[in-house]
Amino acid sequence: MFKSLAPPDYLATIDTDKCIRCKRCIRNCGWDVYSWGGDRVQINTSKCVKCLRCYHYCPVEAIEILNNRTKFKDNAYWSFHQIRNIKKQAETGGMPLSGMGSDLPYPILFDHLLLDACQVTNPSIDPLREPMELRTYLGKKPSSLNFVKDGKGGMKLKGPLPPQIKIDLPVIFSPMSFGSISLNAQKVLAMAATNAGTVMNTGEGGLHEDIYPYRKNVIVQVASGRFGVNADYLNAGVAVEIKIGQGAKPGIGGYLPGEKIPKQVADARMIPIGTDALSPAPQHDIYSIEDLRQLIYAIKEATNYKPVSVKIASVHNVAAIASGIVRAGADIVYLDGFRGGTGAAPSIIRDHLGIPIEHAIAAVDDRLRQEGIRNEASVIAAGGIRSSADAVKAIALGADAVALGTAALVTMGCTVCGKCYTGNCSWGITSQRPELTARLNPEIFAERLTNLLRAWEHEIKEILGSLGVNAIESLRGNRERLRGVGLDDQTLDILGVKPAGR
Amino acid sequence: MHVIQGKGLHFKDLNAQIRAALADGQKEITLKDVNGQYYIGDGLREKATINIEGVPGNDMAAFMDGPTLVINGNAQDNIANTMNSGKIIIHGNAGDVLGYGMRGGKLHILGDVGYRVGIHMKGLNKQIPCIIAGGNAGDFFGEYLAGGVLILLGLDAKEGESIVGDYIATGMHGGRIFIRGEIEQKYCGKEVGIFETDEDDMKTLKRYLTEYCADFKLDLDEVLSKKFSKLVPVSSRPYGQLYAY
Repeated sequence: MFKSLAPPDYLATIDTDKCIRCKRCIRNCGWDVYSWGGDRVQINTSKCVKCLRCYHYCPVEAIEILNNRTKFKDNAYWSFHQIRNIKKQAETGGMPLSGMGSDLPYPILFDHLLLDACQVTNPSIDPLREPMELRTYLGKKPSSLNFVKDGKGGMKLKGPLPPQIKIDLPVIFSPMSFGSISLNAQKVLAMAATNAGTVMNTGEGGLHEDIYPYRKNVIVQVASGRFGVNADYLNAGVAVEIKIGQGAKPGIGGYLPGEKIPKQVADARMIPIGTDALSPAPQHDIYSIEDLRQLIYAIKEATNYKPVSVKIASVHNVAAIASGIVRAGADIVYLDGFRGGTGAAPSIIRDHLGIPIEHAIAAVDDRLRQEGIRNEASVIAAGGIRSSADAVKAIALGADAVALGTAALVTMGCTVCGKCYTGNCSWGITSQRPELTARLNPEIFAERLTNLLRAWEHEIKEILGSLGVNAIESLRGNRERLRGVGLDDQTLDILGVKPAGR
Repeated sequence: MHVIQGKGLHFKDLNAQIRAALADGQKEITLKDVNGQYYIGDGLREKATINIEGVPGNDMAAFMDGPTLVINGNAQDNIANTMNSGKIIIHGNAGDVLGYGMRGGKLHILGDVGYRVGIHMKGLNKQIPCIIAGGNAGDFFGEYLAGGVLILLGLDAKEGESIVGDYIATGMHGGRIFIRGEIEQKYCGKEVGIFETDEDDMKTLKRYLTEYCADFKLDLDEVLSKKFSKLVPVSSRPYGQLYAY
């Protein structure tokens, strides 16, 4: 065995003058970068992923993680990662994997969109002193309302409304399964969703009994592997989501490596311990919109007509597909953009397939409006929502709500190092190793995640106040309040926004 | 016995009537003149027997968890999708994608079955799903199998006729498949090996087939008179080498 010719990304360094030999770095690193050499800490830097756990737990700031300066020669075309991947593939014959969303420098449209504000001629609103409505209902809206007299001199609705999910702010959590993330990480999501009046999503890995108490704030997912799905599960949450695709890996299935399948996860999924959990690329009972309708209604029949969401990756033809999904009877269409995160995806897929969420929202909203069926389903936008500004822009483009995955994990300690597929996450988020997952205290981090949502809530209200509206509903699909900067005519046309200055 | 007349009923109304009868405590229900209604038995939890006269439509017994369904004729596609417990007896042929992701219970079919039967079935401890088909099966039989037992009998097959299609058990990583007679490796996924049955296998087979033969009044000895081939995964991580870390 010779040394790999793929050089490490990072150089973990310890200032031996500062180091007090407390060995915290050795205990904290999930990747075995550090070991004890008798009188000092030894470093195997090839294993370092720059997750910064050691840095944060070093009491004397002795650790520094440097970018490896001895990389290949700088080349604007043959980048470090291009060359390194070739070397890795030459050594293993395997496909390099990635975690999290694509980090390649494709254009970020959110950063080319600016929001309007009121000045002089139209008054802005002070959200600290006036009511501001962020409450959102996800589900089918009727195209007309009929009323009857209630016999007491008033009126009441005739017949029931389609089922709705009530959320207190237009932000939910994206699906992340028990297996891809730890049970403690799922608890953080469930507790924070309950605190903030929104919903988390089980992903495809079953609903652990510890999450059951939060079921009023849980959406359960059914995907091609059918892991953890039974009648109890379908009826446990407020809605059921059918997962067709994921933004980070459109068109390919799920892959949970055997390293992340200890007994607990294997039992939840009903598969052997240590095997790779495969969710097939297609759902083999769905090859058409008609087939999708069949599964949607099978779930509705089995749940006494709970709302059903259908999650797809944003691909070139996303608008027509979304139209089909709505016509198939879905109550919610969940769009996942190409920047969307993942626990494990082949890098080549993650970095080169799909379209950005900004385009997808605009295209889908346009199409559903043109066809007169926009009211038939709510649209959730996900895939790289980094801030409340991204969320507000997504809603102005036409989404009903946004979903957070990576942003939620960042509150738990995640540094977006992108090594989720190894199962070694030193923050205990995407690991199943008990000594690592025990680090993530659900109560403490649920509070932090709730704080994030509170902060975003304040920010969104401030933005709405500046826009002079007092309800998120007034901004939904209101692209007149967006302007593009540095975008070409065609992109502006697709997004349906004017250039700044017009 | 409670009778529900299915003629001309929309599936939603038919299933509502079934649910109402079960809620009423009925333990034996007969559906008459069923003609292609979808979703019969979906998500039902009660211990009861539902006899179906006519041809039930797609997606029967999806997520079902308890009842016994007896179909006195043919059935269609997507039966027992993610079924958890209970039993289905089909006195005829059935279509494609039967028992997708099935987690428990039994699916007994007298005749032929279509493509992708028993794909991605699972199993844990005592919860072992089982599908037995008396006739032939199409391609992708037992694809992605992760647990449970799949048995194919080919009872009416002529000498030398292949009773199962191509790509048998591709991606299989758990569970057991028994096929009556011989099969060739070239029709199987590379993740599985073909083995002779051992004593434990024969005990399992006998137990499952005794019940099956009783359901259809078949001769157990006759069914067991031919050798069975056993398919099990040869690797617990068939795709472990696909990736570079």
